[in-house]
Amino acid sequence: MSAFAESEAKETFVLNLGPQHPATHGVLRVKLTMDGEYIVEAEPVLGYIHRMHEKMGENRTWAQFLPNTGRMDYLHALAFNHGYVSVVERAAGIEVPERAEYLRVITSELNRVSSHLLWFGAFILDLGGFSPLLYAFDDREHILDLLESVTGSRLTYCYFRFGGVYNDIDGDFVVGARAFIKRLRGRMPMYHNLVTKNIILMKRLREVGPISAEMCRKYGATGPVCRGSGINFDVRKHEPYSIYPEMDFEVPVYEQCDSMARYMVRMDEIEQSLRIVEQALDKLPEGPVMADKVPKIIKPPKGDYYHAVETARGSFGVRVVSDGSNTPYRLKLRSPTYSNLSLYGEACQGMLLPDALALMGSLDLVIPEIDR
Amino acid sequence: MYVDPEIIRLLAFLIGVIAFAALNAAYLVWLERKEAAHIQRRIGPKEVGPFGLFQPLVDGIKLMTKQLIVPAGVDPVLFKIAPILVMVPAIMSFVTIPFSDTLVARNLDIGLLAIFAFASVNVLGLLLGAWGSRNKYAVISAARVVSQNVAYEIPMLVTVVTLVMISGTMNLSKIVGLQMGGFWHWNIFNFSASPLMPVAFLIFFVCMLAETNRAPFDMAEAESELVAGAFTEYSGMGFGVFFMGEYANIVIGASVATILFLGGWDCPFGLFPGVHWFLIKMYFLIFTVIWIRWTYPRTTFYGLLNLSWKILIPISFVNLILTSAMLKVF
Amino acid sequence: MNCAAIKQKLAASGAESVIETEYARKGFALDVQVAPEHLVAAVSVLDAEGFFIEAVTGVDWLGEQAALRKETEAKAAAEAKVKAEAAAAAGEEAPAVAVHAEQGELPEDVLEAVYDFNHYEYLCRVTIRTRMVRSKPEVPTISQIYPGANWHERETHDFFGIIFVGHPYLVPLLLPEDADYHPLLKDFRP
Repeated sequence: MSAFAESEAKETFVLNLGPQHPATHGVLRVKLTMDGEYIVEAEPVLGYIHRMHEKMGENRTWAQFLPNTGRMDYLHALAFNHGYVSVVERAAGIEVPERAEYLRVITSELNRVSSHLLWFGAFILDLGGFSPLLYAFDDREHILDLLESVTGSRLTYCYFRFGGVYNDIDGDFVVGARAFIKRLRGRMPMYHNLVTKNIILMKRLREVGPISAEMCRKYGATGPVCRGSGINFDVRKHEPYSIYPEMDFEVPVYEQCDSMARYMVRMDEIEQSLRIVEQALDKLPEGPVMADKVPKIIKPPKGDYYHAVETARGSFGVRVVSDGSNTPYRLKLRSPTYSNLSLYGEACQGMLLPDALALMGSLDLVIPEIDR
Repeated sequence: MYVDPEIIRLLAFLIGVIAFAALNAAYLVWLERKEAAHIQRRIGPKEVGPFGLFQPLVDGIKLMTKQLIVPAGVDPVLFKIAPILVMVPAIMSFVTIPFSDTLVARNLDIGLLAIFAFASVNVLGLLLGAWGSRNKYAVISAARVVSQNVAYEIPMLVTVVTLVMISGTMNLSKIVGLQMGGFWHWNIFNFSASPLMPVAFLIFFVCMLAETNRAPFDMAEAESELVAGAFTEYSGMGFGVFFMGEYANIVIGASVATILFLGGWDCPFGLFPGVHWFLIKMYFLIFTVIWIRWTYPRTTFYGLLNLSWKILIPISFVNLILTSAMLKVF
Repeated sequence: MNCAAIKQKLAASGAESVIETEYARKGFALDVQVAPEHLVAAVSVLDAEGFFIEAVTGVDWLGEQAALRKETEAKAAAEAKVKAEAAAAAGEEAPAVAVHAEQGELPEDVLEAVYDFNHYEYLCRVTIRTRMVRSKPEVPTISQIYPGANWHERETHDFFGIIFVGHPYLVPLLLPEDADYHPLLKDFRP
């Protein structure tokens, strides 16, 4: 490494990693300037599936934009739902019934678990281990079935409405969710024994891909990326929304700043999310799931409003500017992975290609959310 | 007209060996898919024939009917010759492998040397193919393959030298002959020669994984890093031949391990030795190879080199010195 | 450190106005208006306090000036009407009021760049706005302070055509490489 730094990198070549590459999980392209297998410079090239959601938002009513939110982060769609409905509710001053908030949290946390499970499988796949992916999908399938029974879709959910949720859960859902929590709790030790404690995995992740806390701050990294760097920042605790203040859960923080820390944060978060779901199911109050005084046409008062939620990848913020009409004047979607990926160019300098790909995997990229 | 029966015998063996290699390549794919599926709690191929047993046939037909694309910019000669350069030495190696005391094409006195000589050509094939295909991923892969093979050839050969010292011959049939009479005679448990023999077997096995580019040392292909590594530009049967060569090499590696350490066609209990025991041991090793692949993630390149230079080579040398000392003393 | 202290420091850095907003209503705590030339100073204050950058974006206020004039005119007309009614009620003759008195040139509409900052340790989301005229949308870059602003500024440049002066690499990020249009401008027609 030091020898590399000393010798002038003259004979470099450019390697286009992507847009079709197994490790980029979609259509991200990274222009790598390489010296042998060492990365001299990395420049992510985005926008291959840019759909201009923000412009779409300006051209449709507040409610019509709702399905778009599920199509940005397809792995944690409910959190994006949550962010958008929350900001509109904040702007228009809509009260949400308590039961609806509970349902939002339950479904959203289950969705977070499914997102982390998929990341887990895909991350190990990036490292060359094939089998955990299918085990993770096996577990994830149960969540998708549960969520399908209540939201009606399996991936791009559009379940939340202004003032509540669209559908109430039934007894089967509660039973299914409890059974799933029990099942996953039983499987987590297996994952840890088979994967986390694997010597090859530890060698590949420990002290690889360091991201310092200062770097997180300068690039605005949030979510498991900053929590793996010792920053205790979770929107659910930091600016509590919905019913999170009533829930007893911890924010896993690891100080090591390496890929392993980010891995451990996510693995621990699965357990914390299960705890939240469990508590929410216990406390679930009776009542309506939809506020009864929601106007048909929403016209929030003039001004701009912000609301942030914690998605599986970090802080998702929506800034809306309303001019008092039935369409948003401006809709800014601050997606977490966009900021998380922006530090990639600096973080992977001087790294070996396989390590850089492990780092990329540990950032948990969801390209549609970056490109929006 | 007089034809030397030896030539007929050789021709028959040649056909047999090629058929064996091809059949193994085809059915190891099936085995790999089935085994992977069961490790991952799936079913695997099941539609074509019973238990998907005809799947390899269909795959073969598919590969053969595909167009052989030679991309613009490649070196056409190297590009076309490379798969053959991988496949031919693998088949040549089969010539000296004794499947039983009678089932051997050519019982060379330097059989072991011949196998390792052919095995090193395999790397050249990969290197030329990767270099000739003018693809950056392939070139990175080629550089990896060469340094990986150089690194792992050393501990492997040192271990083999140890065995040659114990056996006093490079004739594979004779090496097996010395191990007859039950598993306690096998080289892997030959503690009188060196107490490190099981370790030596482990080193040999790891080196074999690395030499055949199998996980967790599949640096050459490394699909999540290098797309398909050296094979990125290959399509149809060009890729198919590479694949067959890979599997043939695995068969060779497992066979050599069986011969050197596990007593070849010897029965563990001293009963009914024969070709079936050889195949059982060989396929068990192959099964393990596949099992490892679907269980472990890939190591990194420098981790792999570190393992070889810092751990395997010193241990194999210690084993070599220990063995020679013990041979001298006892 | 709390929001009030940050407010003081920001006001001292040359911000035009620093308003403490109602967090529960708006979702952010400080609404800071700065002129483009004071932007770097204000951002430096936040950097020194350990804030992290959340996002940079823009808002196109096309038609704002016309709307403002219409509003003032409507207000004036309403006032005149009230006055006239009052006068009529008093039995006096209505004073002649020129409703369309000054029809001078409209001031140019503005683009607004919006910067969101937040703190990892305590809750204080700071929104910095800076306004520039649409014909010359230039604002200094903050990417030397926050490298993360690099991408956000490129994105804002893509969408609004705001030029971040001093930005090291202001080429399209999300739009195609050769894009010469700015889709989030209100007068953009595809």
